[in-house]
Amino acid sequence: MTTSRIAQAGGIAAGGALLAWSAVAHADFALNMTPGATSVSREIYSLHMLIFWICVVIGVAVFGVMFWSIYHHRKSRGVAPAHFHESTLIEIVWTVVPMLILIAMAVPATKVLIRMADARDAELTIKVTGYQWRWHYQYLNEDVGFFSTLSTSPAQIHNDASKGEHYLLEVDQRMVVPVGKKIRVLTTASDVIHSWWVPALAIKKDAIPGFINESWTLIDKPGVYRGQCAELCGKDHGFMPIVVEAMPEAEFRQWVAKMKASNLNTLTASGGKTL
Amino acid sequence: MNTAAAPTLDDHDHGHHAGPSPGLMRWLVTTNHKDIGTLYLLFSLTMFFIGGAFALVIRAELFQPGLQIVNPHFFNQMTTLHALVMVFGAVMPAFVGLANWLLPMMIGAPDMALPRMNNWSFWIMPFAFTLLLSTLFTSGGGPAGGWTLYPPLVLQTGDAFPFVILAVHMLGVSSIMGAINVIATILNLRAPGMTLMKMPLFVWTWLITAFLLIAVMPVLAGAVTMLLTDKYFGTSFFNAGGGGDPVLFQHVFWFFGHPEVYIMILPAFGVISQIIPTFARKPLFGYASMVYATSSIAFLSFIVWAHHMFTVGMPLAGQLFFMYATMLIAVPTGVKVFNWVSTMWRGAMTFETPMLFAIAFVILFTIGGFSGLMLAIAPADFQYQDTYFVVAHFHYVLVPGSVFSLMAAAYYWLPKWTGHMYNEQMGKIHFWLSVVGVNILFFPQHFLGLAGMPRRIPDYALQFTEFNMISTVGAFLFGFSQLLFLYNVIQTIRGGVKATDQVWEGAHGLEWTLPSPPPYHTFTTAPVVK
Repeated sequence: MTTSRIAQAGGIAAGGALLAWSAVAHADFALNMTPGATSVSREIYSLHMLIFWICVVIGVAVFGVMFWSIYHHRKSRGVAPAHFHESTLIEIVWTVVPMLILIAMAVPATKVLIRMADARDAELTIKVTGYQWRWHYQYLNEDVGFFSTLSTSPAQIHNDASKGEHYLLEVDQRMVVPVGKKIRVLTTASDVIHSWWVPALAIKKDAIPGFINESWTLIDKPGVYRGQCAELCGKDHGFMPIVVEAMPEAEFRQWVAKMKASNLNTLTASGGKTL
Repeated sequence: MNTAAAPTLDDHDHGHHAGPSPGLMRWLVTTNHKDIGTLYLLFSLTMFFIGGAFALVIRAELFQPGLQIVNPHFFNQMTTLHALVMVFGAVMPAFVGLANWLLPMMIGAPDMALPRMNNWSFWIMPFAFTLLLSTLFTSGGGPAGGWTLYPPLVLQTGDAFPFVILAVHMLGVSSIMGAINVIATILNLRAPGMTLMKMPLFVWTWLITAFLLIAVMPVLAGAVTMLLTDKYFGTSFFNAGGGGDPVLFQHVFWFFGHPEVYIMILPAFGVISQIIPTFARKPLFGYASMVYATSSIAFLSFIVWAHHMFTVGMPLAGQLFFMYATMLIAVPTGVKVFNWVSTMWRGAMTFETPMLFAIAFVILFTIGGFSGLMLAIAPADFQYQDTYFVVAHFHYVLVPGSVFSLMAAAYYWLPKWTGHMYNEQMGKIHFWLSVVGVNILFFPQHFLGLAGMPRRIPDYALQFTEFNMISTVGAFLFGFSQLLFLYNVIQTIRGGVKATDQVWEGAHGLEWTLPSPPPYHTFTTAPVVK
């Protein structure tokens, strides 16, 4: 293989990879983060895209210079090597400019982070407890609590039955919440560390035995939002999904009344009726 | 660099001290840095294939949704052992092997400063890994809680648990002894005139790496010992029920773990900084700033650990601090990349296999750096944490990063070590298959992570199918391509075109003034560096 062909192939490969990534970033595929269903998740999405495009621009510039050099500064073209090996000015420039870019990234990131940390004035609090391998949801002040377990059949998992649309992302009891209300989510665990993650709500919070973590969300529109445990928690870590169903306040109230009457209602893990 | 020096080879007969011991005993009792370097490199190559086989089990299971090949518990053992084997068995020992072979020859020393300890630090490793891998056959199987060993999950490990802890301790002891040896050698055995700021960059990066090792391996030892006492002696360091805190382990682990990441990349920076000037036929751009950048990265590595833990529920001030500190790492890392590109700029480049791997390193490591910068942004990290985006990120910096630098180093110095040129055509084929394979393998994992696929799961929802299939195809392509490398190395050891002393037209440095292969003892009289 000649060096020119190698350089060309290298250039095409790297350029192609970059193009592929940037082209698909906006495609309607499961390729990119989704903007999600809350204002916080949309802010995070914008932050993600902002940093991504900054990286693309820097990458194109740096790799562009590199490939130009690879093409032109080859021994086979009969060039003689230069001898320079330092330049204080340019070294200061490429230290200071990245610093400024970083500050430009840090400002919006800090704003979002501060907003996410403020869980005050929530109208509904749900305590989520991770178990090996299912979730327990307890609605504080509502006297509602229940376990939520994977509902995909073992036959599907072992390839003895065809897999359904929501394979591994479906549960027997969904966590039901009202739209338009600030909801505080408390996470903890009873055995090992789990992590409660629903991408559309931009919440990923570790559920740690003995400790309670706090996060919040405010969902705009009714819908079903699916997620999974995100912290390795043993053999069935991949089989404890999360399904959140957001509905208008009135329907949510009906659901609460129905749950209170249901025998599924287990306020605490031991089946007790009080905290 | 200006290390023009007359080789001062000692051709006198040293009697029975001159050569190696005969037979297999040579390798068992050797205190020769070249022999020990060879042992380290061959051991790490073996571990690379074992760890790679584990990875292929993982990728084969993930080829399609559903459970096909292994059960979830065994799958978790594979992810755990793949990481432990690759980190402690393949990448770290390979760099120690390079250090053994090259540091004395680069600084004009006759051997490592502490040769007997050198023998020990190698020979502990095969025993440690025998212990670790034997746990696969114990009741309850091998460790399955992830290489990060997070409690309380890791405390559910079966009979394997104490063996794993002991193996980690042994590997820590081995690493610390190796690091002490590196520091003692570099600080005491440099040839006259070889001032610190004249040392080749590979020597500099290893000096800094060795300090990182000494600083953090004892921290890991402490953390795993606390796990051991929690499990067997009733302590509650990490048990909330007894007044402890599971997150404490994560803080201590990552205080080790983040510098550990740089332990696996700083020597790679050194390798690349040796190779690019050679094939660009132009001195390294910004030598001093390379040294300062490496030192800055090493310092920053101690104050960024909790970026691995943004989701554990830290106070806002903690999250902000670790976000800013982590973002700062981009500055010295950027300086390095700019320096490499400037070294190539207006050079007279040729593209032999080591240079191809070095160029791929610069590009693909930088892509891993970009995703690292994205991960540093704490709010966005909540979406990336524990997904395949993270898997893609750290494999980009570790495989086309560290591992490609090791491949580059092997092709670059193999003619010096063996006295034979490797098969260039086969080297180039190995390179192209590797670079294509590694991108098919890891690039789609960015998409999987962003689309919401958690890591460390044996089965997944249907929307992740296509990219998992592509990734698995890439894994097998990349994995089997490495057999070409193995074949090429073996053939080069056995024979081939005779290599010249300088080997590469643009090579500078003391090691290239020695014959190829170098005699068993070199620089028994120190060269003078001008």
